[in-house]
Parts: sequence; structure tokens; C-alpha cells
Amino acid sequence: MMRDTVILRVVVKLLLPAILIFALYVQFHGEYGPGGGFQAGVAAAAAIILYGMIFGIDEAQKVVPRRIVNTMIPLGVLIFAGTGVASMFLGENYLNYSPFASKPVNGQHVGILVVEAGVFITVASTMLAIFYVFGGRADEADQRADEAGKKGGEG
Amino acid sequence: MVVVVIGIIRAHNLFAVVMLGGIYSFLLATVMVILDAVDVAMTEAAVGAGMSTVLLLAVLHLTRAREAPLRHAPAIPLLVCLLTGGALVYGTLDLPPFGKADNPQNQHVAPYYLENAEAETKSPNVVTAVLASYRGYDTLGEVAVIFTAGIGVLILLSRRRRREMIVEDEGGSKHDA
Repeated sequence: MMRDTVILRVVVKLLLPAILIFALYVQFHGEYGPGGGFQAGVAAAAAIILYGMIFGIDEAQKVVPRRIVNTMIPLGVLIFAGTGVASMFLGENYLNYSPFASKPVNGQHVGILVVEAGVFITVASTMLAIFYVFGGRADEADQRADEAGKKGGEG
Repeated sequence: MVVVVIGIIRAHNLFAVVMLGGIYSFLLATVMVILDAVDVAMTEAAVGAGMSTVLLLAVLHLTRAREAPLRHAPAIPLLVCLLTGGALVYGTLDLPPFGKADNPQNQHVAPYYLENAEAETKSPNVVTAVLASYRGYDTLGEVAVIFTAGIGVLILLSRRRRREMIVEDEGGSKHDA
């Protein structure tokens, strides 16, 4: 998309690690401060999308391939739902995290972490998948316009 | 916010409209911060101002950046908007006063959460405790909604492309898809 702007490329390269670390901070600090899986997922996806916008979608898909994204979308839901099933097997109600550790309080702690990870995975990968599809179409449109321009020039 | 909305209505360049939409989302996020709903503010800033702006820009890349001229009279939509808005404002008249401690929503389960959340889940942020633990079902439903929406968009957008590829394979030079 905007591959030839030096300032953008350098600034984005500087920003990317900061955005990703902020996403992880929001993810794992969500229990103590504002944030959680949803916000962190969007932030992480935004980092990859920024990369894709500046360096081209193909480069972004080298970092996070489309197949991984497509498997991650259901994976997050499965983690969330599977947590509930696991707690049922451990003799509690669905989605009651108390039996995951020796003390119920610690169990809740573990459960929240796992469930937030599920939310994170699904949200981040869904956002990325939508961006990939839209961006892919935009690239195709560009190519078609280029071809049409060439044909017009020849004819 | 009112100024931004008037700007959105008056602007005919869709690029400006998208940017103004992002500004509106950020203003809404600051309102949420003022209301002490920091989690909601973060979501609004990330999703409303960030993600949807980016996606709309991607859409603008596919379409033209100018608004199409109106083909019908704006009176009927205006009437519908005014009626709906009026009904909603009329509905808010019956709501209990804002932020009072003895309102129904502050009397039901909220005190229990506020008092016991930290002891029961070891999470000082009550919002996270309620979201992930007490109301885990709702959050699971939310994730399922995102999942379905994502899958739906993927199916819709990638099916079209497959048909285009078939057309290209069959027709060779046909590019009318």
C-alpha cells in the first residue's frame, strides 16, 4: 500500500514492539488494571495490521500466515468452552474455575487467565482475518486497475 | 461531539467522514473515562477509533471517495430519525436519576460483586472478575458472536473471489466480474 515512505517505515518499526508489549501488558495486567483479552486482542491485531498497511499484506502474512489465523479463530472459542467442560469433569458447575488449583481462589485466578487467553486469541485472529480479506481484495483491485491501464495504453 | 456530527453530515468527501468518525469515537472514549468506565473507554478507543477506521479506509480503497448524490427526498428518513430519537428521549424520562446509590441496578448483584470479587477471585479489577468469572457465560456468548461474525465475513468475502477465479479460468479475457 504505502511501501515507499521512509519516515512511515522507520516509525512503524519503532512502534511495533511497543504496541505488542502494550497488548501483552493489557492482557496479563487486565486483572489488576483496566483491560483484558478483548482490548489486548484488538491491540495485537492492530500491530500486525499496521505492519501490513505499511509493508504490504504479503509481508504481514509471512509473519502471521493466513492458515494460522483461520485456525486461531475457533481455537479461542474452544479454549473458552473447553475450560467450562474441564471444570465439569472436575466436579463443578460449567465455567466454575474453583477446582483448577488447590485453593478455590487460586483456581479462579487460573481460570480467568485461561479464559482471557481464549478471548484474546479469537478477537485478535478475527480482526486479522477480516483485514486480510479486505486487504486482499484491495490488492486485487489494484492489480486489476493496473492491468486495465496497461490494456488501455496498448489499445 | 455535536460539532463532529455536524461535520460528518456536511462533509461529502468520505475520507474526511471516516476521519471524523474516528474523532467521534475518541471523544466518546473520553466521555467513558469521565464516567469512570475505563474498560469500556479502552474498548471504544481500540475498536471504534482504531479498527473500524482502518477497515473503513480499506473499504474506501475499494470504492470511490466521494459521496453519491441523493436520489430521494431526505424528509422521510429525517422523520424516522426524529420519531425514534423522540421515543428514546421519552423513555429516558422514566429512568431513575443518574448515579444514585439506591437505584435498582446498584441494589441487585452489584454490591455483592463489589464486596466479594477481590476475596473470591484475587482480582482487584472487579470488571475483569465479573466478565471472566461471575458472568463467564455471557463472555463465552460474546466470544461466540465474534467467532460467528468473523466466519461470516470470511465466507462472504472469499466466496466471491473463488467465483472470479473460475470466471478468469474459463473465459480467459472476461473481466466483467
